[in-house]
Amino acid sequence: MSFGFFNYWVFIILLMIGLYTVMSRSNLVKKMIGLSLFQISVFLFYISMGKISGGTAPIVVENITDGAAPVYSNPLPHVLILTAIVVGIATTALGLSLVVRIRESFGTIDEEEILEMKDGA
Amino acid sequence: MLLLIAGTMAVLLVRNLFVATMLLGIVSFTMALIFISLDAVDVAFTEAAVGAGISTVLYIGTLALVGSQEKDKPRFAAGPMVICLAVGAVLYYATYEMPRFGEADNPVHTHVAPRYIEDSPTEIGVPNMVTSVLASYRGYDTFGETTVIFTAGIGVLLILRQRRRRKNEDDETDVPLDEGKTGRKGSLSGLGSEHDLIPHVIAKLLIPFIFVFALYVQFHGDYGPGGGFQAGVIFAAGIILYALVFSLEYARHVINEKAILLLISAGVLLYGGVGVASMLLGGNFLDYNVLASDPVAGQHLGILLVELGVGITVTAAMLAIFYAFVGRADLIAAKAEQENN
Repeated sequence: MSFGFFNYWVFIILLMIGLYTVMSRSNLVKKMIGLSLFQISVFLFYISMGKISGGTAPIVVENITDGAAPVYSNPLPHVLILTAIVVGIATTALGLSLVVRIRESFGTIDEEEILEMKDGA
Repeated sequence: MLLLIAGTMAVLLVRNLFVATMLLGIVSFTMALIFISLDAVDVAFTEAAVGAGISTVLYIGTLALVGSQEKDKPRFAAGPMVICLAVGAVLYYATYEMPRFGEADNPVHTHVAPRYIEDSPTEIGVPNMVTSVLASYRGYDTFGETTVIFTAGIGVLLILRQRRRRKNEDDETDVPLDEGKTGRKGSLSGLGSEHDLIPHVIAKLLIPFIFVFALYVQFHGDYGPGGGFQAGVIFAAGIILYALVFSLEYARHVINEKAILLLISAGVLLYGGVGVASMLLGGNFLDYNVLASDPVAGQHLGILLVELGVGITVTAAMLAIFYAFVGRADLIAAKAEQENN
């Protein structure tokens, strides 16, 4: 994977698909899915930045056969994203539980229908 | 990579939310494979367990409660599309200012990372640098994130259980265990039918191994990929599998909601307690060097305890969230049953 900015372009495309899903779909669950896509693309961005070509996973290896010091990829983005993934699922669950409550109060999870109800009342 | 783009496009376009959820799981799993190729083994581990596992279960749990079909026809939204294209174009232009992918002298690699890479084997003595950075150098961050998970778990419980308690007081729709009518139809806990022999046998075979693997990931996280976050999610996944196959009532026998509440706070308290203990022993908050006579041994002990705390909190929070969703489904099923009668 040594072709320049390819990872960043994929990141941008995924980010925009996620953003478009959030903005254009009125179903609240679909919006949450869009947010998840958005989140995943940011993870890809961070991990791409941490990669060093020819590097290895940041776990110390004892027996180096050819004697050269191993190149480790940057562990810092890994740490940030590792925790962000778990925090992300926790907050997604919080959002989904709000969706469930909205469904119970309004009988629908469609944003436009909820707004119509509000105007009609 | 192209698979990823195809997957996300499909998620955007597909009408049925169940299908969208499954596709999201596939996208997460593909992303995990890409993380491996980018040397981020710990992250790939987490993404596979969380993105492809737990989050799919949560989305399906939600869909069981809210219905799975989007209402309006797919339509082209001009405004958002214009905004997305514009933002995308700006970002695309900005990539040309980015340092090239994968080069060792990128700014990202020249700030604190070299210190972590060079000094952590001697200072911390833990081969997995991700673990040492996570639990020791950036222990404050991780403490904060554990607290966020704790808060989110509590939040889901508050949001989804509030009505339930009031209902129980009003008309006592609490479905008792021994009455045997625990919402078999249409509720998630009803998934555990007694007649599905194959899932039962397979789950019984798998679950012990899942738990052993979770413990391995938990305590071997210092040496290989793994740690508290992943182990917690895997452990929770084992119990969730049990609940899905055998019904929630059986899972409640294994670990009930009170125990989960205790555990969810016990994990955070353990983490904070290690910090306070190191303060009492004369170091800074979360400075593990003072925990044992030898700084490296102290770091080992501290990281082990802190990861244990993280693991406990993550397990309990995931289970609390899952129980809240499934308990809600049961409640609605019971309510519908009552209205039918």
